[in-house]
Amino acid sequence: MSRRISYREAMREALRDALRGDPRVFLMGEDVGRYGGTYAVSKGLLEEFGPERIRDTPLAELAFTGAGIGAALGGMRPIVEVMTVNFSLLALDQIVNNAALYRHMSGGQFSVPVVIRMATGAGRQVAAQHSHSFEGWYAGIPGIKVLAPATVEDARHMLAPALADPDPVLIFEHAALYNVEGDLPDACEPDIRSAKVMRPGKDVAILAYGGSLHKALAAAETLAAQGIDAEVVDLRVLRPLDDATLMASVAKCRRAVVVDEGWRSVSLASEIMARIVEQAFFELDAPLARVCSEEVPIPYARHMEEAALPQPEKIVAAVKGMFA
Amino acid sequence: MSAVEHPAPPPPAGPVPYDKAFAHRLLADMLRIRRLEEKAAELYGETKIRGFLHLYIGEEAVGVGALHALTSADNLVATYREHAHALLRGMDMGALMAELYGTREGCARGRGGSMHLFDRATRLFGGNAIVGGGLPLAVGLALADQMQGTQRVTACFFGDGAVAEGAFHESMNLAALWRLPVLFCCENNLYAMGTAIERHESQVDLRGKAASYGMPAVAADGMDVVAVHEAAKEAVAHVRERGGPMFVEFRTYRFRAHSMYDAELYRQKAEVEEWKTRGPIHTFTARLKAQGKLTEDEFLALDAAADAEVERAVAFAEAGTWEAAEDLSTDLYTPPGAVP
Repeated sequence: MSRRISYREAMREALRDALRGDPRVFLMGEDVGRYGGTYAVSKGLLEEFGPERIRDTPLAELAFTGAGIGAALGGMRPIVEVMTVNFSLLALDQIVNNAALYRHMSGGQFSVPVVIRMATGAGRQVAAQHSHSFEGWYAGIPGIKVLAPATVEDARHMLAPALADPDPVLIFEHAALYNVEGDLPDACEPDIRSAKVMRPGKDVAILAYGGSLHKALAAAETLAAQGIDAEVVDLRVLRPLDDATLMASVAKCRRAVVVDEGWRSVSLASEIMARIVEQAFFELDAPLARVCSEEVPIPYARHMEEAALPQPEKIVAAVKGMFA
Repeated sequence: MSAVEHPAPPPPAGPVPYDKAFAHRLLADMLRIRRLEEKAAELYGETKIRGFLHLYIGEEAVGVGALHALTSADNLVATYREHAHALLRGMDMGALMAELYGTREGCARGRGGSMHLFDRATRLFGGNAIVGGGLPLAVGLALADQMQGTQRVTACFFGDGAVAEGAFHESMNLAALWRLPVLFCCENNLYAMGTAIERHESQVDLRGKAASYGMPAVAADGMDVVAVHEAAKEAVAHVRERGGPMFVEFRTYRFRAHSMYDAELYRQKAEVEEWKTRGPIHTFTARLKAQGKLTEDEFLALDAAADAEVERAVAFAEAGTWEAAEDLSTDLYTPPGAVP
């Protein structure tokens, strides 16, 4: 059994569950309270849980992210909402130098059980400063875990295990997904460890995550009509990467395309390709390919923005290039 | 008239308003820090200690006076110049010295070194080597206490250099806005590494910055352990009773180089010499003797005890063992079953 729900509602249900289930949990960030959340994710939570636990902050990403880390050290289970990944650069010092390092640098004395959520991605004509996809950068930092829920199921079920995790977990929610509806199964196994095969196939493995997953699935439909049976894998967890699932898919299909909305160079896609070369080189029948964002600031004008981002057509072209 | 760029205040003077036992405790702690760090500098020369080593020599009155105003239940967030703070919170000097050596017996298993002393047992949350990086953590610790209804104070130490950081201003605002029990302790030693305060601050009276966020702000002579302790006691009481934050600026001076590599091209020798005449240990000693609260023999006994403690700490560190390189990844993440 399942029910129809939007990604936004799924995330809100997850937040409500977490807040109801553990008095140590609280949400803080810019406009999470009275405004109802920039993307309306936290709408209604202030009324239910009050201003202590749904805490509006000043526009001070560094301090409130650091305060979340400090509150986690002090015994709470904070959920810090940074409005978007673009503004998370202002909090980078606290995430990298405190959250990620504290357990190891203190010789195992201090864990930081904080969850930091943020919207990411482009595709809504909000121009260069609001269209970044830096989750790949974060995925390169030891000491944190990085999640990218792409489905309503993951929007609904990744938060609880993230909060139960004793270490810092970053959750990247692609802003274009909030309105997307999906079927949420009644029974789900919460898991923040593994990648997931979303569409089984045998001819090419398309490895994607977040907002790009849906483009990959669309591309797979187009390819199917042209006789190419693509397997689509949702990375789900960007750090640590689930190498086993990815390599199994690559070994089965013998061809692989990585789709990543981050800029192409030194990207999550580069890392995944390197791992495939290290671990599955002899399984390959064709050179690897990747579809990433073009290495330009993401423009405002719709046709220019579309040209800059991964698109189903680009994925289809990359796959067909392997069979040429 | 002083000819130096940053004249020292008048030497600390007047009766010490403490009983003999407490006065001796303050003196003993200043001596413990001084002897520990003198030894650390020596060991650095012998390459027993490597990396960065920031000495507190000259500033001991600040740590000693301020930390004796806290209880063991309070939180402490410190900087990379934090040997004194760790020791005064109750960290064993052997574990501290072992950390400087980088051995497994160190307080952070040799992973942190001089700049990253941690001690869960005494609620020392680092040892933060990003200037200003500890302030948001202190705000968060205080937020946790406020939400959990505990009566703790979180003391957060930082230097005058941190005042120029955005983290300082964001943290002051948040602490004042949410009325969090943070004691902001600014150790103003007049130099942000090598940049004098008038060359990095448009407003050199730092109290004004805190006051602008609506929190009480006072300054104390950081060369005088009595002035520091009195100011800290009042401030801690204010934070604990009123719940909101407070800012105390301790005006002090670093007698040694910023770190171990520093030609001190940025300040006058005469200025350093002038401040040394205000040294917190000898001025306090003189006052106690003048009051009949300390004899030379008693001083020598305290000093010898400090030396002996340092010797034991060095012996402990010398007998240390290295963490196995195979354990490099241990505690990158919390092991299953460990309580965070």
